[in-house]
Amino acid sequence: MSVKLTEEMLKALPDARGHFGAFGGRFVSETLMDSLMTLEKQYNELKHDPEFQARFDKELADYVGRPTPLYFAERLTRETGGAQIWLKREDLCHTGAHKVNNTVGQALLASFLGKKRIIAETGAGQHGVATATVCARLGLECHVFMGAEDVQRQSLNVFRMKLLGAEVHAVESGSRTLKDAMNDAMRDWVSYVDETFYIIGTVAGPHPYPMLVRDFQSVIGRETRRQALEKTGKLPDALVACVGGGSNAIGMFYPFLADESVQLYGVEAGGLGIETGKHAAPLCAGRPGVLHGNRTYLMEDENGQIAGTHSVSAGLDYPGVGPEHSWLKDIGRANYVSVTDDEAMEGFRKLTRVEGIMPALETAHAVAYAIKLAATMDKDQTVVINVSGRGDKDINTVAKLEGIEI
Amino acid sequence: MSRIEGVLKTLKGQGRKALIPYITAGDPHPDVTVDLMHTLVEAGADIIELGVPFSDPMADGPVIQLACERALKHGTSLRQVLAMVKEFRTKDIETPVVLMGYLNPMEAMGYEAFADAAVDAGVDGILTVDLPPEEADDVAPLFTERKLDAIFLLAPTTTDERIRAISEHSSGYVYYVSFKGVTGAGKINVEEVATKVAHIHELTALPVGVGFGIRDAKTAAAVGQVSDGVIVGSVLVDTIARNQADTDELKRALKDLLHPMREALDSLDS
Repeated sequence: MSVKLTEEMLKALPDARGHFGAFGGRFVSETLMDSLMTLEKQYNELKHDPEFQARFDKELADYVGRPTPLYFAERLTRETGGAQIWLKREDLCHTGAHKVNNTVGQALLASFLGKKRIIAETGAGQHGVATATVCARLGLECHVFMGAEDVQRQSLNVFRMKLLGAEVHAVESGSRTLKDAMNDAMRDWVSYVDETFYIIGTVAGPHPYPMLVRDFQSVIGRETRRQALEKTGKLPDALVACVGGGSNAIGMFYPFLADESVQLYGVEAGGLGIETGKHAAPLCAGRPGVLHGNRTYLMEDENGQIAGTHSVSAGLDYPGVGPEHSWLKDIGRANYVSVTDDEAMEGFRKLTRVEGIMPALETAHAVAYAIKLAATMDKDQTVVINVSGRGDKDINTVAKLEGIEI
Repeated sequence: MSRIEGVLKTLKGQGRKALIPYITAGDPHPDVTVDLMHTLVEAGADIIELGVPFSDPMADGPVIQLACERALKHGTSLRQVLAMVKEFRTKDIETPVVLMGYLNPMEAMGYEAFADAAVDAGVDGILTVDLPPEEADDVAPLFTERKLDAIFLLAPTTTDERIRAISEHSSGYVYYVSFKGVTGAGKINVEEVATKVAHIHELTALPVGVGFGIRDAKTAAAVGQVSDGVIVGSVLVDTIARNQADTDELKRALKDLLHPMREALDSLDS
């Protein structure tokens, strides 16, 4: 099923209760309801407040370093031998990934609302670093929840957060990864709800988070649209972005949803292969359920217990996905595919060697798929890859995979 | 009249308060849960809240998280929990049982199939922690049609408007969460609870049970004084954790914990 989306339809989503079709919503314990409703109301006011918007735009320009370039990957295009491959360089954002677009927006929201204590969850540590960064910039108290497993895997980012003044809480419960970090962040939030602002790092969580994170990240797609028209004289034929929770993908896709000619590809983590069950691809291989405050595609067992995930990339290692992606999948507007750990590593090496751009392992999933896709397309067509982050943080993982001790 | 309503009405007529213990089904092992439920009744329970284990219990503190992990290690599923209630009912047709848990296991089973199976097993009420009434349109009517009580939470942060709306969706009783926090955090302020519960009584005719932070006879009596019932969870689950190895010892320990609460509640001036 494919539905033609109009600007009008898009403006009406999510609906007043935070639903994108059958997905999204607000599934939280009662203690948080008032806080979420207040946040929604205040955000809807600030969204149209010129002073807030001017501050946000200024932060994005002067602090984050926007606009980021849309770069023609000439050698990669030549080697692939198909469509022109363009790169949206979110890896050039301050702190090295798109995450900071959202943390700048939410931290600004927190200061407009007078909240001085910030909490965040993090997997690979990129969102944690981006949160700690803006908290340092605005003088806010910062607590980051991170699975104990990830604290060990991503020690570099843990140290970065500490240098920035954040307190990092290692989460020992459950699988000790991102989903458990999110559980503990919610538990902290319930306990200190009056003084705390929870900066969620992706387009998941209870309403209004999927909406406001999308709004803050949409700067990616708006710039891409303008830059593509300037540089190629037309809209791109395809957009490719990796999907964990899906914030960089929705940021890229959203401003193009009504442009029917633009094909959208979200690339999930296929891990060791979908058929092995060891992956993190709920849209490709999961089913709808309720976790972390919203209804969305999930990886779960037959009894509704959340399943363990696997990905070489800690940032994609999550059993859920933003509800708007679930909706885009069901209406057929976006295509969701997966690439394996090995294919992603190949994408990582390729972009590094051919363009001198070292992508994050999350991003490498999008690169790997885009190369396959471009090869099937015509030379006068264009593909844009959202290069959501840079790969410096993954050096240890890559070295370990190659058996090298650093 | 539902079994829950009946029990609470009788207690009220006697000027007594309800003692509502919570345990997680399948903890420490699925084989002992029914036995423990009977123990709770012997120790003075008026209603049992039986927790359905979930992999990601976001509203719970470490004590109940670990109980869920123990239960899930033995593969305790929602279907098995329903079978436990059914077995409990072969010996006890009087004590109401409320299933307390998170939405996803019910969604995975299918709401209609779950509601049918719950009635068949002899469940009386359903309390879903992460299901506010706003999201319950598809689910709550299935419970109501089958005369299962839908029990919703009220919190210190709940506005008057919401207290009224939530009460309208509720039957049996409403569950007042005594403080802002997760289960087992133990920072209850009895005066604040008294003020809020008195206020809730002004807005709804439903009985009000109070949970979170009730650890002993003293807190049970203090909270019982101002409410219609007390819900006791983490301290029982912690007792289960500490006596996993010996079921007889465990049953004794649970009784030792509940008896003084029962006595304290029954000596309150009505």
